[in-house]
Amino acid sequence: MKYLDEFSNPDLAKRLLDQIHATTTRPWAIMEVCGGQTHSIIRHGIDQLLPDQIEMIHGPGCPVCVTPLEIIDKALAIAASPEVIFCSFGDMLRVPGSSQDLFRIKSEGGDVRVVYSPLDALKLARENPDRQVVFFGIGFETTAPANAMTVYQAKRLGIENFSLLVSHVLVPPAVAAIMESPTCRVQAFLAAGHVCSVMGTHEYPPLADKYEVPIVVTGFEPLDILEGIRRTILQLESGRHELENAYPRAVAADGNPAAMAMLGDVFEVTDRAWRGIGMIAQSGWKLSADYRHYDAEHRFDVASMHTDESSICRSGEVLQGLIKPHECEAFGRECTPRNPLGATMVSSEGACAAYYLYRRLELVEPAHA
Amino acid sequence: MCLAVPGRVMSLDTRDDTPMADVDFGGVRKEVCLQYTPDVQVGEYVVVHVGFAIQRLDEQSAIDTLANFEKLGILEEEFGDGFELAAKQAGLTQEAAS
Amino acid sequence: MLDPEPVSFDGWVCPMPLRDSPNIVMGHGGGGAMSAELVEHLFLPAYGDAADAELGDAAVIPVAGGRIAFSTDSYVVKPMFFPGGTIGDLAVNGTVNDLSMSGATPLALSTAFILEEGTPLSELGRVAEAVGAAARAARVRLVTGDTKVVDSGHGDAVFINTAGIGLVPDGVDIRPDRARPGDVVIVSGDIGVHGVAVMSCREGLEFGTAVESDSAPLSGLVAAMLDTGADILVLRDPTRGGVAASLNEIAKASKVGVSLVEGDLPIPQPVQDACGLLGLDPLYVANEGKLLAFVAPDDVEAVLSAMRAHEFGKSAAVIGTCVEEHPSMVVAKTRLGGTRVVDLPVGEQLPRIC
Repeated sequence: MKYLDEFSNPDLAKRLLDQIHATTTRPWAIMEVCGGQTHSIIRHGIDQLLPDQIEMIHGPGCPVCVTPLEIIDKALAIAASPEVIFCSFGDMLRVPGSSQDLFRIKSEGGDVRVVYSPLDALKLARENPDRQVVFFGIGFETTAPANAMTVYQAKRLGIENFSLLVSHVLVPPAVAAIMESPTCRVQAFLAAGHVCSVMGTHEYPPLADKYEVPIVVTGFEPLDILEGIRRTILQLESGRHELENAYPRAVAADGNPAAMAMLGDVFEVTDRAWRGIGMIAQSGWKLSADYRHYDAEHRFDVASMHTDESSICRSGEVLQGLIKPHECEAFGRECTPRNPLGATMVSSEGACAAYYLYRRLELVEPAHA
Repeated sequence: MCLAVPGRVMSLDTRDDTPMADVDFGGVRKEVCLQYTPDVQVGEYVVVHVGFAIQRLDEQSAIDTLANFEKLGILEEEFGDGFELAAKQAGLTQEAAS
Repeated sequence: MLDPEPVSFDGWVCPMPLRDSPNIVMGHGGGGAMSAELVEHLFLPAYGDAADAELGDAAVIPVAGGRIAFSTDSYVVKPMFFPGGTIGDLAVNGTVNDLSMSGATPLALSTAFILEEGTPLSELGRVAEAVGAAARAARVRLVTGDTKVVDSGHGDAVFINTAGIGLVPDGVDIRPDRARPGDVVIVSGDIGVHGVAVMSCREGLEFGTAVESDSAPLSGLVAAMLDTGADILVLRDPTRGGVAASLNEIAKASKVGVSLVEGDLPIPQPVQDACGLLGLDPLYVANEGKLLAFVAPDDVEAVLSAMRAHEFGKSAAVIGTCVEEHPSMVVAKTRLGGTRVVDLPVGEQLPRIC
């Protein structure tokens, strides 16, 4: 694809890597906030090509990973209702709730469907007027405009059998929460490029200032990630802490005003629990009063459901970069990609799932070292 | 989070009073909602996430970024030092690249 | 969305109306007159000269002495018609290919249909026609069959089971546990094609693409490879789970590591792009007309050139080697020079948003 393939050019990657190696003189811990970036780093083996002094900490920016158990249990309860067509992005199907996942609900007769776009769910609602169609609206700021559009259209077109189960989370409050943690090791952030495509970059300079950390808005292709790291290292090595935009082709400082206007209309900021991290004040969105009618939590009376997270899963500490995945006692024993306890083991972007693979490779490699 | 890919707008359409487009991703075609990039014209590139264009892709920016990466290598061969390079980029890029 | 390309259905006419119903009814599976009519008026004409006249309860096939390969597989693909193929040709090619992966020359197939009440006979006709055409192309006989009908809602239009037998030539010993360190991994052509074609018309994912399924019989290609005289160690058709799943199975069975070179994988641009759009990895996407071969380094040249001379192996390529390191694991060298583990997929690959 044009403007995609060029950004994985191995020759240019080597130039960026040479620059990073030439610039790095001390150990640095950099968090890539976004799960898509984690995926790319692992998919291309970028972490192995960086100087040993650079540690990449995989951040909480995977919406699948941070959706709290309680919301998943609510989703499962709704999906099990016979009148419901439950629609979700593919990522969420395997994420376990307290006792099952959406695949299991489907096998027991639940009508669970994978859609590519939230608008496909709305289409299903129009095609099935005698059923209740619910869309599992997860995601960060990137996905929120698409999900917002469904209820906006439902209201405008009078589609009454549609509702949205909302679990939206916001990046800047999470960055702040990580930096507030007394054990925080993060020295710089690669900010999530596509979040900034929607929201712009204005929220980040105050964070860079307050916590004295470089924040570099970064894309997702190998060259984008290397450029984000290169710019971060240049700042760290020279003692600067500023916001930089290393992804200008998709990120304008003002973001996408049309999308932000829609978000302001459909959603309002609320406190949200993050799986593994806990409650972060003002870190999510819920439907605004004008759209409360389309809130699946109220329509299906699951608002009062409450679930506690697994007591042995330490995904919260992993998400904050406090421990490495394999330092969790459950890692590779009670918790594997096939039988995940926490969502960081579920999603292919999850730090634990990624480590599960790497650790196995490292374990067998000494045999020939 | 947030898999979004660039695609080229091939044609424009309206559905339910909502701007839509047929977008080409290197041979793969998909219908995309332009609600948030209403001014995009046929032939332009957009960044698409879950069926929505979330931003116009700035082609000049993409070209410039790649050109900078190309220069990096040359600069590096000439100067071999990141700080020096940063300094060059700050003011002397033209001279260094020539 | 593009309409799936219909199978060549020109000139096909139902020689006699099947009673009054244009659709499958329970009686078609009852073993009585309606069942007989379905065979006589729908299946046999559609199969053409690939079928033995009666499709009786059992077929008697004369074979010379030697070893017989025997395989079975069931087909429940959704949708039934997709760009470049139908459930009918998949059902034939799938079993033909399973037999071929043991080095056998496929001889005869059974076809068993499980039909959902209400399935239009016209659709069943298209499927049966595709079965016949595929059998002719693969040069296998359709020798026996069965039809059952299930209540509406208890099936999904058409399910097909095929079983097949083939003869393994003397001296051929192809098994998943024969790979050794140093052996070379060859793929017969572009990967990920079938999976992308099917996904492009799956409900909820529809996208337009020129990609058509690679569904094809591989028996001829395998015969050409064996004709080189090379010792073909392992063959596998990387269907569900894609190249990644097959290589993992072989690595495990042979207790070797498999080292892939990502830049050498033949991935067509439209497959790459569709996967980029949906967040999928082409290594995990299904193929229906490709094979993976493991051969000793000395045999690579002869086998590759034989493959490239065959219509289903034109873009055959070396994609990796077997190594002593990381036994039972598949590791890919990325284009950037890093490595990543290519794990066995846990379940079906799903489109992702992140």
